[in-house]
This record gives sequence, C-alpha cells and structure tokens, in this order.
Amino acid sequence: MARVNFEGVSKAFDGALAVDDLHLDVHDGELLVLLGPSGCGKTTVLRMVAGLEDPTAGTVSIGDVIVNDVEPKDRDVAMVFQSYALYPHMTLRRNIEFPLRQQKVPAAERARRVDEAAGTLGLGDLLDRKPGQLSGGQRQRVALARAIVRDPQVFLMDEPLSNLDATLRIQTRADIVSLQRRLGTTTIYVTHDQVEAMTMGHRIAVMRDGRLQQVAAPQDLYERPANTFVASFLGSPGMNLVPASVDGAVVTVDGTRVELPAGPAVAAGPVTVGVRPEAASLAPEGIAATVVLVEQLGAEAHVICALVDGTRVVVRQENRAARPDLGDAVAIRVDPAQLLLFDADTGARLELGR
Amino acid sequence: MPATDAAVRPPSSAPAAHRPPRRRHRRLRLVLRYALLSIGAVVVLFPLYMAVVNSLLAPSQIAHQPPPFFPLHPQWGSYRKAWTEGDLAVYLRNSAIQTTVIVAGQLVTSVLAAYAFAFLEFPLKRTLFVVFLMTLMIPFEVTIATNLSTVSSLGWFNTFPGLTVPFLATGFGTFLLRQAFLQIPRDLREAAQLDGYGHLRFLWSVAVPLARPALAALGVFSFLSAWNQYLWPLLVTGNDNSVRTVQIGLKQLINTQLDQINVSLAGTVIAVVPLLVLLVVFQKQLVRSLTSGAVK
Amino acid sequence: MSALRSRRHREWGLAYLLLAPALLVFAVFTFYPFLRNFKLALYQNPPYPGLPAHYVGLHQVGSVLASTSFHQSLVSTLLYVVMVVPVGLIGGLLLAVAAHKAIRGMAWFRLIFSSTVVTSVAVAAVVFGTLMDPVVGLLPWLGINPHPAILENPTWALPAVSLIAVWQFLGLSFVIMTAGLQSLPDEVLEAARLDGAGGWTMFWRVTVPLLSPTLFFGLVVGTIYAFQSFGQIDILIGPQNSQFTHTDVLLYSVYQALSIQDNPGVAAVLSIVLFTILLVFTLVQLRFLERRVTYAGN
Repeated sequence: MARVNFEGVSKAFDGALAVDDLHLDVHDGELLVLLGPSGCGKTTVLRMVAGLEDPTAGTVSIGDVIVNDVEPKDRDVAMVFQSYALYPHMTLRRNIEFPLRQQKVPAAERARRVDEAAGTLGLGDLLDRKPGQLSGGQRQRVALARAIVRDPQVFLMDEPLSNLDATLRIQTRADIVSLQRRLGTTTIYVTHDQVEAMTMGHRIAVMRDGRLQQVAAPQDLYERPANTFVASFLGSPGMNLVPASVDGAVVTVDGTRVELPAGPAVAAGPVTVGVRPEAASLAPEGIAATVVLVEQLGAEAHVICALVDGTRVVVRQENRAARPDLGDAVAIRVDPAQLLLFDADTGARLELGR
Repeated sequence: MPATDAAVRPPSSAPAAHRPPRRRHRRLRLVLRYALLSIGAVVVLFPLYMAVVNSLLAPSQIAHQPPPFFPLHPQWGSYRKAWTEGDLAVYLRNSAIQTTVIVAGQLVTSVLAAYAFAFLEFPLKRTLFVVFLMTLMIPFEVTIATNLSTVSSLGWFNTFPGLTVPFLATGFGTFLLRQAFLQIPRDLREAAQLDGYGHLRFLWSVAVPLARPALAALGVFSFLSAWNQYLWPLLVTGNDNSVRTVQIGLKQLINTQLDQINVSLAGTVIAVVPLLVLLVVFQKQLVRSLTSGAVK
Repeated sequence: MSALRSRRHREWGLAYLLLAPALLVFAVFTFYPFLRNFKLALYQNPPYPGLPAHYVGLHQVGSVLASTSFHQSLVSTLLYVVMVVPVGLIGGLLLAVAAHKAIRGMAWFRLIFSSTVVTSVAVAAVVFGTLMDPVVGLLPWLGINPHPAILENPTWALPAVSLIAVWQFLGLSFVIMTAGLQSLPDEVLEAARLDGAGGWTMFWRVTVPLLSPTLFFGLVVGTIYAFQSFGQIDILIGPQNSQFTHTDVLLYSVYQALSIQDNPGVAAVLSIVLFTILLVFTLVQLRFLERRVTYAGN
C-alpha cells in the first residue's frame, strides 16, 4: 500500500502533449478514478505509473519513492488491462501464478496463493481451463486474480469493464469495489464511463486534452463542477449550459429574470448558466421554449426543449407528470438554489457569495 | 489424416431438391465431378505409380512391350540393392542430417530476428527489415560462383557445414514469423514486463508457444526445400559420397545402374517416401507456408 | 533520465544481437557473393585453369551478351517458361475447381493433387526419364518413336523436360488455386447464383475475375520457379547434349560455366542477367508479401 504522487508530469508523443503538467496525489488505500473522453491522456497517466511510458518531464512517485528511473518490474504495481492480457496457451493456474514464478516464490506457497486468489474471485473450479474456454466475465476475473495474487502496492486498471455486456458490467463494478475496499490497496482506475466513475471512486480526477480539470469526491464533482466541461461530462444527460447575463444577484436568461440567493463576485456581463435537468421543470411561467423531443425512460422522462435562440435544454420529469407533446410551447422554471454560473469565456465556475 | 473439409462450404442445398428431374441432374453432375477428379488423380499419380511398378520388375520385364502396368511377380530385391549397393542408406542419413540442421538453424535465426522486428525498437529497424526482404530478391543461384570459393577457402567442401551453413537464415521465414508475432497483443508483452519477464523469457514462454502454427508452417517449408535441394549439394559434395545427399545419390544411381532401372526407381521411391509422409501429416502447415501472400 | 537511456540502449543491443546470426549468414552467403558478381564480370578467366584472371572491363559482358550461345539460352529459357507456367496454372486451376466441393473422399483427392509439391526435381527426373526411355519407356508402346530419341532430340527435348516441370508445378499450382478459391467471399458467389448464373457463366464471369489476384500470384511464383529449374536437364540430358538439344536454359548455362568450363567471369555475367529478369518477378512477389504487412496493421 502506498500513495502515488505526480509532480508536474508531462508526456509528449512526437511533440504532441498527451499529458500536460499533471499535479495529483493519490491517497494511500484510495480508489481514484481517472475519467475523461478517449484521447484525454488518462491511459498515458496510468502507463507512466506502471513504467510502460516514461514521463517527458516531472516526477512520478510511489510510496514517496521517485520511480522515474525504476524498472516496471521493480515498481511493485499490478495492472489489469482492457483486453485482460491473458496468455491463451496457459491454464488459469499458470496464468495467475505467472507473476509469482518470476519472483521465485516456492511452489507450495505459489499454489496456496493462487488458490486463495482464485477462491476470492470464484474461479476455484476453473483453474485447469484455458482462457479460450471462459466467458468474458470469467476472463475479467482471471485478470483481477492475476493482479491480486501479487499483493502489490498499487493496482492499475485500464477500462477493465469495457469488454463486458451491460448487466455483467454493473455486477462486476460492485465486485471490484468491494474487493478494493477489503484489500485496501491503492487503486488507479481509468474509465471514460461517468457512471462507473461515480459509483466506484473515492475520488474522481477528470481529464481533458491532457490536462487535469478537477479532482473531487463524486458528489462534490457533480454538485460543484470546476468548469463547463466537467459539468457537461458528468450526469446523464449532462448539465444544461445556457448563455445568459448577470448583474449582481440577478441572472437574465432569454429575457427571463431569475433571482439568485447570492450573486458572483464579478462585474455585470455575460455568463453561462448551468442547470441540472432535475433542477429544471415545466411550469406555467418561466423561460419560453418549444418541445423538440420527449424521451420516455419508464420511471422518468427527458423533455428536450429549444429556447428561442435555439439552445437545447433538457428537463427531467418525474413519473406521472403531464407529458407535453412535440412542438408544444412550454415554459421552463429553474430552481435558483441549484443554479450554477460559469465564466462565459473560460468556462470556470463562478463562486456565489453567501 | 489428410486435409480438412471444414474449410469448404457445404454443398448448397437447392431450394427445389424434391423435384425429380432436378435431382437426377444433380446426380449426373456429381458422377461427372467424380469422373473428372479421378482422371486428374490418375494423371498426377501415374508417373509415381509407374515408378513403383517398374521398381518391382526385373529389368527384362520392364523392357517388355506392351509395358506391364501391374507387377504380377514383384521382385523386392531392387530395394535391397538400392539400399546397400546404391549407398542409399548413407545418402538418406546425410539428407536427414543436412535437413535437420537447416530446419533447426532457420527456425532459430528466424525466431530471433522476427522477435526483434516485432517487439523491439531500435535504430535502423526499417532499413534492416528491408535488407531482410532484399534477400528474397536474390535467388541463391546467382550467388553460387562466389559461395563456392568461400566454401572452398573455408575448407568446407564435402562437409556438412558446407552443405548447410549458407542456408541457416531465411528472409522468408523471418517475415512469416514476424507476421505471427505481430498478431500477439502488445498487452501480453507489457503484462509480462510488469511481472518482471525479460524479452528472452517472454520470447520463450509466450511468443514462441503462441506462434506455433507459423513455426510449424516454416518448419515444414524449410524441410521440403532443404530435402529437395539439388544444385548446391551437387556442387559442394563433389565426388565424395560420405556427405552426398539423397537427391545427388539418385543422379549417381541412374548413372551407375544404367542397366538396372528397377534399382534406381527403387531408390527414387525410397527418397520420396519421407516427403509423402510429411505431406500427409503436415498438409495444413505446408499449404499455409506455400500460399503466404497468395491470399490475405 | 539516465536509467531510461540505458534501458533503451540495452534494448538496442538485444535487438542487434538477435539479428546478428541471420545478418551474418546473409552478409557472407547472399549479399557479398551477389555484389561480387559485378566485379567478377569484369575479369576474364584464361582458358587454362590456374592462371590469374585479368581485367577486361565490360568486354566480357559484351561478348557474352553478343554470343549465339547466350541468345539460344535465352530463347530456350523463355520457351521453357512459356510452356511450363500457363499449362501448370490452368491444370492446377482445373483440379482446384473440381476439388472445391465438400463431397465424400475429397480429402484424398486434395492430398493426391498436392502431392507433386513434395517430389524433388531428381525424383521427377528419374521417374520421367524411365517413362521417356526409348527402350523401356512407354513411348514405343504409344507409337511415338522420334529419331534421335526424345531426350536427345533438338525438337522434342525441351518440350519433354518442360512436361516434367509442369507435372512438378501442378501440386503447387493446385495448392495456390485452392487457397484462392477458399478465400472467395461466399456471398458474392451466392448472389451470382441467385441472379441465375449457371455453372459455366459463373466460372468465367464471377469466379475467374474474383480469382485474378490469385492467378497473378500463381503466375509470378510459377515464373520464378521455372526460371530456377535445371535439375531435370542436368540429370536427363547432361552437359554434353544440352547445347545441341537447345535445353541449356540460363541457370544451366551458369552451372556449366562454373563447374564444367571453370569460368566464374562468364557465370557472373549470366547470373546478373538471371537476377535482372527474376528481379521483376520477385518485386511483384514482394508486393504480395507487403500487402500482408498492411493487413497485419503495422
């Protein structure tokens, strides 16, 4: 167990920055999710911890030891690959004990640890099979077993659930979380799936274009996104972002005035207003809009509306609420207490004074 | 067992199979197909069949007109003669040694080089790969003049090194194995690297086992070409039959046993049997190596 | 960063170490002798072995290229290739088409058809030599009695040896064509069948065009094979008769210049000619291999 620390870490591939000046501290025993769209540099960060990529600048340390010059094998980290990286010609037992063989662990000890890891993951009966004879979910668990059998300082997981179907993914998600909580091993988990991130991480680090956007606990991230990117990337659907203007504590959206509990510490001018779909509702009075699409989801519905200037706003409706029809003229009311303001140019969230 | 039928599509079931005229038509076509196949088989097999027949006849019977197409009174003595007087036992042993060395050597050098091209990064990689491919453009025949003097200055005339060393590397084999290695996911290498496995151990315990089909294909191909070599063994084994291979032995046999055609044919049959066995056992691998490049 | 650099250097070292054995063999037995041809071609060997060769510049190249024996050799080679390759390809294609159906016993037919792949040139020569023998062979029985005997006959010797090559090439041709047929997309053939194409139309209008890359590959491989064969000539006709029976193909001329006339200079000139011709075909063959490189995605 150990903390993992990044100090000004950058990585350039052929001159293009994949990771740009990353400062991040992963706490001992925590499960930190690296979240971001594909190509944001999150996998590169993971691979730099493993030693599969070398940082162009900055230092990576594991347990207070700078590991930039440490060979991958000496870093005491275990990685679960997206493809699982199982050796197809070896039985599960051989696959799981493969790391131990290299460490010259005695045979009896090896067998005991393999049995234990396999038992933990419910693979006990399958140890003589080969990966080709297993289902996707079983293979995924073999990959996990191979990681935990080493008892490493850090687990690195690169989108380990992306090759599973939806049902299995939800189940395995919970399994990995309880395994991690039980072992208490520091884990860095890479994903592009915000639901996975929200449900699994102690904290989430959101990345975009190689830059860290925000690190926070899931609920904080959801409620107080640092900027418009984080706001729109989290939540399904993401936060509505509407151009507006602010003057003191009064926001004007499309001609409709909304009074905030407290205003931002900025001069009057244009801003971007952020509203979660659940913080908006259809009301007799409010911002004028036209219904573009109604998505029925069973327990709830998403009503997608277009404002006069064409901006789309999604309103989440509870069950039983009267559903509007396509093309209806409606009015949208927003809860002033749940409304966020972002800088119109930089996208950074503006603190509202209390 | 020969060939797998799995690769072939099942006969397309005609929608109107129950209609009698159509069915009769299809029957006729099937019979025609078998007839055609049989004619083909006879044409292909006839020369070898006649070799077997004639090897079992006494010389006087062979010259008989019309020629006998079946050995009514097979004389097995020719095989014994070919084996002992024709030194075929020695030639076969020589061929076995020569072929084993070449196959083993080609597999080893190709595996090593292919691994470097598939898994390692190093300066001049591209250039060196082109160098390997260039060897495919230089047929061995155009190098014999100098190779003969090289081999002779090394004192390798009439020796196994002289027979084998020039063939211990193959651009084709390197290429074939590189392709196989490239199919191995990079993740496997990285997982092994994190577990502390160096390149050589990864090569031995993961890459080679996973590339087994390609290794088998290359092995069979190397075996075939080494066993059937003619020009080079002819030139380097001169007139010393202690290292002479079976192919050159056959030439010798036909020259010295002119009045004993049955003996030289018996020798021929003996020489071709190991390869027919090879074909039956490794047909799939052989086809794979012969057609690499023909289809994707 | 120094550890990183030393790790990278170690990888370089390992790579060169792994390449070294093959490179050494290639350097000594492929590239050096190949390049030395260009030097040897400029030196003339005296008529008596043992005397040193002397520099004659391009004179020897010119005289070899202008000689009638070279022209005859070139003509023989081309005739030989033209007789062997198309017949072998068409034969292989016919066998492959006939065998392209999952019916009882097909595995055995396939095995038989591909069997000539494994027969060596010496085996083929001995077997056919017997069949073509004027006394014990089949020809008298068939009523074919050319004079002089077929393998000593200026008209018939070349067709006779190319017949042997056709037989030998048949197996390889069959294997290539079968692989090609098996790689054809089933949907296209099925679509054509649904469109009402009958067997014959289907073969010419659909199968053959779809198969054209395979046919082309076969053509290239076959041509290279034909240019490189000479064993049956050496065994059945021999150096004494080859010139007068017009069977001294290029490679056989190289062999004769080397081992009979002991004249490396002339052999070098002929080797360069042979290489130049083969280069065209090997380049095309390399294109096929390269195509596999792009498929493999690197």
